[in-house]
Amino acid sequence: MRRTLVAGLAVAALTVSACATDTPTEQAPGGEQPEQEQTADGEWFVRATYDKQLAQRDAKPEGPEDQPWLQAIEPEMVDTAEFKQDGKTLCFSNASVSNPWRVTGWITMQQQVDVLKASGDIGEFRVSDAGDDDNKQISDIQSFVDAGDCNAIIISPSTTATLTPAVEAACESGVPVIVFDRGVETDCMVTFIHPIGGYAYGADAAEFLVDKLEPGSKVLALRILPGVDVLEHRWAAAQEIFGASDIEVLGDEFTGGDGAKIKDLVTQYLQRGDVDGIWMDAGDGAVAAVEAFEDAGKDYPVMAGEDELSFMRKWKETGMTAIAPVYSNFQWRTPILAAVKIWKGEEVPKEWVLPQEPITDADRDEFLDRNKDMPSLHYAKFGGEDLPGFPQAWKDR
Amino acid sequence: MTTSTRPRSRGASIRHSRRQLGSTELVYLALVGVLVIGAVLVATTGGNLFGQANLVDMLTRSSLLGFVALGQTFVILCGSLDLSVGYVMALCSLIGATTMAGDPAKVPLGIIAVLVVAAGIGLLNGLIVAVLKVNPFIATLGVGLIIKGYLDTNYKGPAGDVPASFQAFGYTRIGFLPLSTAVMLAAVVLGILYLRRSRTGYHMFAVGGSMEVARLSGIRTGRVLVMAHVLCAVAAGVAGLLIAARFGTGSALVYSSGYDLDSIAAVVLGGTLLMGGRGGIAGTLGGVLILAVLDTVFNILQVDPFFKDVLRGVVIIAAVAIYARRQIDRKASRPRFDGGSPPGPPTPTPDSPVPVQQGVSR
Amino acid sequence: MTTVRAAAGRLFGGGSATVFALLVCVFVVILFLNPSFFEPPSLMAFVKKAAPLVVLAVGQYLVIVCGELDLSVGSLVGAQVVIAAAVIDGQESMTLPTLLLMLAFGVLVGLVNGLVVTVLKVHSLIATLGMMLVLYGAIRLWTGGAPTGALSDGFRQAGREGIDMPVLRQLPWALLIAAAVVVAAVVLMRKPFGRTLITAGDNEKAATFSGVKVWRVRTIAFVMSAVLATLAGVLIGGYAGVTAQVGQGLEFTAITAVVLGGVVLGGGRGTVLAAMAGALTVEALFTLFNQLSLPSTIRPTVQGVIIIAAVAWAARERAKPRPFLTAEPPVQPPVQPQPQS
Repeated sequence: MRRTLVAGLAVAALTVSACATDTPTEQAPGGEQPEQEQTADGEWFVRATYDKQLAQRDAKPEGPEDQPWLQAIEPEMVDTAEFKQDGKTLCFSNASVSNPWRVTGWITMQQQVDVLKASGDIGEFRVSDAGDDDNKQISDIQSFVDAGDCNAIIISPSTTATLTPAVEAACESGVPVIVFDRGVETDCMVTFIHPIGGYAYGADAAEFLVDKLEPGSKVLALRILPGVDVLEHRWAAAQEIFGASDIEVLGDEFTGGDGAKIKDLVTQYLQRGDVDGIWMDAGDGAVAAVEAFEDAGKDYPVMAGEDELSFMRKWKETGMTAIAPVYSNFQWRTPILAAVKIWKGEEVPKEWVLPQEPITDADRDEFLDRNKDMPSLHYAKFGGEDLPGFPQAWKDR
Repeated sequence: MTTSTRPRSRGASIRHSRRQLGSTELVYLALVGVLVIGAVLVATTGGNLFGQANLVDMLTRSSLLGFVALGQTFVILCGSLDLSVGYVMALCSLIGATTMAGDPAKVPLGIIAVLVVAAGIGLLNGLIVAVLKVNPFIATLGVGLIIKGYLDTNYKGPAGDVPASFQAFGYTRIGFLPLSTAVMLAAVVLGILYLRRSRTGYHMFAVGGSMEVARLSGIRTGRVLVMAHVLCAVAAGVAGLLIAARFGTGSALVYSSGYDLDSIAAVVLGGTLLMGGRGGIAGTLGGVLILAVLDTVFNILQVDPFFKDVLRGVVIIAAVAIYARRQIDRKASRPRFDGGSPPGPPTPTPDSPVPVQQGVSR
Repeated sequence: MTTVRAAAGRLFGGGSATVFALLVCVFVVILFLNPSFFEPPSLMAFVKKAAPLVVLAVGQYLVIVCGELDLSVGSLVGAQVVIAAAVIDGQESMTLPTLLLMLAFGVLVGLVNGLVVTVLKVHSLIATLGMMLVLYGAIRLWTGGAPTGALSDGFRQAGREGIDMPVLRQLPWALLIAAAVVVAAVVLMRKPFGRTLITAGDNEKAATFSGVKVWRVRTIAFVMSAVLATLAGVLIGGYAGVTAQVGQGLEFTAITAVVLGGVVLGGGRGTVLAAMAGALTVEALFTLFNQLSLPSTIRPTVQGVIIIAAVAWAARERAKPRPFLTAEPPVQPPVQPQPQS
């Protein structure tokens, strides 16, 4: 016992001399918080960003119209000459593939990589999946940085605030960093790729409902989870728009995206009165909500779902009034193309804002046609129709 | 270093020379086995499992689960369970981060706040299990749900701000050993000493072995249970602090990362009996390291994330099947009444009254 | 009269009285808040939603009463629904073969669970936890991460449709199926097999010495639990269709329902009807939260408090000596006089 203690102390003394640290030196979290204004939901609503996103919906994107994943809205280019290199190892830290939207995007990304591997632009593609665990993703990113042979690191962060230090550490290592989907609270990366944003998504849905419903109509909001910034922004925007209109919001419920829970909730609201419209912050379980109306023998609601195929097919089948807001799934292609551009020293936008256009009555059938063999949990705007693997790769999953 | 007990078979003097492998040794053997196989597999892809980057990776992964599993060991030894650890971690990370609020001077205050709250929750868990006699599965699940409701209502996403000085806890390394792992190892050593040297520690084995008998022997089983739950919650609180340090902020969503079931798996992998009364922290550390090595190897080999789940499930079942068979078979193969020799493994309590050694009479 | 008393004792004793009381209380409150809930159509909708949990609770009861635990049911439900969707792929003709396939898969999973627990002697918590992980990963591996295909209308009949009737508007198949399962389970428990299940949980050594093949009894319990989980999967798939998260977390809800019903984790006590009442109570509580317009985020807290309170109350009931009402005496330290040395 005594010997163990002495040995332990000796070891401790020896090793203290070898201290090192991986802490990122720049501390952004305190400094760069977006201004928090107190409005509808306080923490999640920032007026300036809200207005900017709503305006961006009307802006015309620059770039090829038939390749929306290469378009950018009001881009400010950065010079990437310093990153020009021959190295071809691409490393990707993925938050997870834990929902069908991410699975669809992931397949699209892999197909894009295959094309570029065939043409020799990409050598090795390394992936680590964090399974939605922030701590694991931090370890994964550190792992890539320590390995030393990544020529570019793509990161899809699982949570905005918590991944910030890890992204900063990656930036500091000198490797070009590309962030897409959710952001982080720093701008050290070379480019941040994302569609217009959550406020725009929520606004698209809410404005449609306000437009199509009579004043005094009742809307039920179905949300997936609390505390996830991409989803909270959508709801914050909807609250803003509903608040300024004559629509009565019956309530907002958290469903976890589970079909049974959604159906049960909607059924219970229907028992207690009318529900004229349904606002959802994502398409998971949208069909279950529609079926609840069917089972209760009530008329279909005005609905905002998502570009998930099962919802779109149900929409066509029932002929209801609906819109499918989109969180452009094709954004999964852009980071790969951006990495190759950076390696060639070409300019990329500092903040690459991709177009985000909801699917309306007008173009619904066209999208359904293009995706006619696809499984029901596929996303219509996946942007992969021109890739060689289409349609098998997405059909077979 | 082992805290598991080996049964004394008849004619102990004859068997003296043949040391039987305790479950703790078995765990570390399994760990070595996994390391070797992992190293070979990684080498085939051109990497080196023992390179600095991978080593740091493995150790970092083990520190978080290590704290949680350490606490869970105390509770499982007493024959109880704690399913609320994920929620305690989330709550403590938020309390720590919001108390510190970016001010280095407030770091000790934040740590103390976390320890107090965690101890309070542990106390609640312990009292519900010991006094209200609610099954620990339900009791801790219920407390976890209570915390979940509180978290979902009050914290809409990450909150708080951890100053750089405390973030160092999450990121500093001593050579290849992360500071957090070093602290975790220190905690493990303290835990082992506690179990072997303190009275409450001994009593935990007794309570887990048989609650009735322990009570009849004069052990305050209620207090022991409460103490175990408090220690478990405090360990989870420290894990929450580690999360706050690594994230730079507190995060409520941690509770969905499955640390509760993972910690139970690590404890059981380490040879501690789920029914309580046998096992120890050294084994748990082995279990945690095995899981961390597996994770790292899967990552390097870029194993499909879903296949990882399948492998983990199989590994956990297989590992436990191997230990469980040994432990229970040993018990079963001994004749029930063999006049004279002690029927049960002696608990490490040299001063406990004789009835404990006679086993349970039904 | 004594048989009625004895029956009442068996049913309400041992802590099960709490759940029936709680169930009645919750319904009374709902009635007060929203009398229209008890109109036949909405009552039937409630039953349709609650039926899967009742079936799951019965399965979990069988496993818990013989002393084990089954954490894999949630993943199994999810796996079955996804398998069904992928194999049927919208074609009506595939419905029956798929149902048979699902049944076979359920039996296989139950067998593996049972054998791992009884033959390999792995504690059921770990064995079924491992199975949960394996099912979760394997299904997603097979489908590539998101469910594919679609369920046929024939498949969804059981969970979603019913017999159209004048007063009720629709008598759901789910109600009939759940009722049949409960009745079958009650009958089973009164037969010798059922009694050996309880004995295996109550006192394994005594059961073994009485000639009961405990390992076989337990394995059969696991198989039944898996088959009932498959049935629940058919009902849930029918009710709500296929989503990516189907089945997640159901195991904890099922265990909560059973424990709420007064069944002791550790085995040897409790009745099927009490487990069913527990399931109905859990579902009724969810409905109550909704009727009260309780904010979504606070619901887990209320749920946690109620569960702990109910189980604590039931534990008190069990601990009180009640020589008249209970058929089985509460656990007490052995009273036999020790031989004087």
